[in-house]
Amino acid sequence: MKGKPLSRRLLIVAGALIYLFLMLPILVVFPISLSSAPYLQFPPPGLSWQWYERYLDDPQWIDATWRSLYIGGATAVLALLLGVPLAFSLVRGRYFGRVLVDRLALAPIIVPTIILSVAVYGVFAKLKLIGAWYGLVLAHTVLALPFVVLVMTAGLRDFDRSLEQAAEGLGASRWRTLSRVTLPLLRPSLVSAGLLAFISSFDEVVVALFLAGANMTLPKKMFDNILMEIDPTIASVSVIQILLVTVVMVLIGRFGRGLRDSAR
Amino acid sequence: MSNRGSADLLIEGVGKRFGEVMALNGVSLQVAQGELLTILGPSGSGKTTLLKVVAGFETPDGGTVTVGGEEITALPPAKRDIGMVFQNYALFPHLTVQGNVSFPLEMRNVARAEIDRRVAEAIAMVELKGYERRLPRQLSGGQQQRVALARAIVFNPRLLLLDEPFGALDRKLRETMQLEVRRLQRKLGLTTIFIAHDQEEALVLSDRIAVMNHGTIQQVATTTEIYERPANDFVADFVGESNIFHGTVSAPGTVALDNGRTLKVASSLPAGRKVGVLMRPERFSPGGANAFVGEVLEAVYLGTSFKLRLACEGGMELLIRQPAKGSLPGTGARIEVGIEPDAIHVF
Repeated sequence: MKGKPLSRRLLIVAGALIYLFLMLPILVVFPISLSSAPYLQFPPPGLSWQWYERYLDDPQWIDATWRSLYIGGATAVLALLLGVPLAFSLVRGRYFGRVLVDRLALAPIIVPTIILSVAVYGVFAKLKLIGAWYGLVLAHTVLALPFVVLVMTAGLRDFDRSLEQAAEGLGASRWRTLSRVTLPLLRPSLVSAGLLAFISSFDEVVVALFLAGANMTLPKKMFDNILMEIDPTIASVSVIQILLVTVVMVLIGRFGRGLRDSAR
Repeated sequence: MSNRGSADLLIEGVGKRFGEVMALNGVSLQVAQGELLTILGPSGSGKTTLLKVVAGFETPDGGTVTVGGEEITALPPAKRDIGMVFQNYALFPHLTVQGNVSFPLEMRNVARAEIDRRVAEAIAMVELKGYERRLPRQLSGGQQQRVALARAIVFNPRLLLLDEPFGALDRKLRETMQLEVRRLQRKLGLTTIFIAHDQEEALVLSDRIAVMNHGTIQQVATTTEIYERPANDFVADFVGESNIFHGTVSAPGTVALDNGRTLKVASSLPAGRKVGVLMRPERFSPGGANAFVGEVLEAVYLGTSFKLRLACEGGMELLIRQPAKGSLPGTGARIEVGIEPDAIHVF
C-alpha cells in the first residue's frame, strides 16, 4: 500500500464494501440451494443435491422454465421486429411528432409495471388472452421495447453513414445496402438489444402474475412457491436462473455492444 | 449496365442551396473522356457538394449532369456506374479486402468466376496481392487507400471521383499515392474528377484544374495556365505564392499601380483599364527591367531557396524567392531585385 494516497485507499475499501453488499444475496442463495435441511437455514447444516433433483423431477418447474424460455425468445424477436424500425425512424426520420414518439417509446420504463399490468389485464380479459402464452409475449414486448430502442438508437447514432453512401455508389439498392452493410455492422447492437429484451421477459414477475393464469412462467412459479411452501427448492431455482442470466450477460459482453455506450 | 467504360462528363447550370447558403451557383463544367480534372478550392467553396451532385448523393435545385450523353441528374447513385473514393475511404469494416473489392460486382450480379478474376486483377493493379483475407483495420492508411481505389475501379465505372483521398496520409506516402493514381488513371483512360484543397497536389496530378470559390467556378484551365495566367485575384492568391497589386493601365505596356509605382509589362491592354498584377516570387532576379530596392523584413532558409519578405518604397511589400547561394540575408539588409515585363501577369 506504500505510496497510495489515503483517498485512494478509502475508495478501494468503499468499493469493496459496495461490491460485497451487492453480492451478499447471491452468496447466501448458493449455499442454501445445496442445503441438506428441509427449510431455509443459513449457514446450511450439511450439503446435498436434493433440491436440484426436486426441481428437475418436478414437471411443473420444468414446464414453467420452458415456458419462460420461449416466451422470452418470442418477446426478444417481436421487440426487435418493432424496435429496430422504430429506432431507425427516430434517429434518421424527420417527421412531425418524432420527439413525442421518442418519449412514448420509453414510457413503459416510467409507468409503474403494476399500473400497466392492471390496464393490460382489463383489455386482455375482454380479448380472452389471459393465460395464453402469446398474450404474455405481447405484454412483455411492450416492456422490452424501451431497451431495444435505447440500444439501437445509440448504435445508429454512431453509425458512419458514408458507408451506406459508398454501398449505394457501388451499385447496391436500398434493400441490399441494409442487408449487406447496415445490419451486419449493427450486429453488436442487435445482439445486445435482443438479449436484453430476453432477460427483461425471463425475469419479469408482475405482468406474469396478472396475465399468466394457470400457465406459469418461472418467476411466477417461484413467487407462488414462496407463498405456498418454503423449502430450498426456490434457492436452487434461483441459482439456475442466476447462472442463465449470467450466461446471457457474458454473451452480451462478448458479442454485443457494451451497455455503457447505450447509456449516453 | 456495367462495362460501359469511361465517358465524358457535362455539368450545366447546376445550383444547390442549403437554407441561406448558396453552395453551388450555376456551375457549368465539361470534362473530356480520359481526362483528370481537379476541382480546387478552400473548404466551403462548394467543391464537395458538386462532387456529391455528380455521384448522386445530392439532388441539385437546378441544372443537369450528363455522362456519356445520358442525362443522370435524377438517377439514384446505385444506377450511375460512378466509382468514388471517399475522404475517409469508407471501406466496409466487416468485409475483407476481397469482400470489399468484389462488393460492386456482386451488386451487379456478375458470375462468381468472373468476379474472382476481376477482383484479382484489380487487387494486383493496386499492388495488394497477398492481402485479400485482411480486414480494413488490419491495413495501413496507404493500403486502405489502395483497397478503396481497387473497389472504385473494379466495375469499369464511367467516371472516377476522388474526394480529397490523400489528406490522411503522410507526405512521402501521399506523393507515392498521387503518382500511383495518376499512373492507373492514365492506364485505364478513366475520366476522373479529383477534389483537392491542396494546390500543390492539384498541380502534380491534373490535366486541368477548376478553381472554385463561393459556389462558383473561378477559372478552368490547364495547370500551367492556372499558375502563370490566373483569371483573378482569388485564383492567383489560392494557387501558389503570389504578389498581387492593383492599378490602371496608363499606356500600352505600362501599369500605374495604386501605390504609386509604375511597372513595365508585356500586356497590350488599352490605357485606362483597371487591372490586377501578379508577380510570382520565383520570377524575381537580380537586375531586370522593373527594379525594386527593399529592406529585408523576414528571411527563411528553405533548402533549395531563400524566401524573403521585402519592404520596398511606397509601403509596397514583396515576397521573393532566390536560389540558396551564399549566406541568408539578415533582417534589415538592403536588397535590389528586378523582374522582367514578360514575367508579370496582368489580368
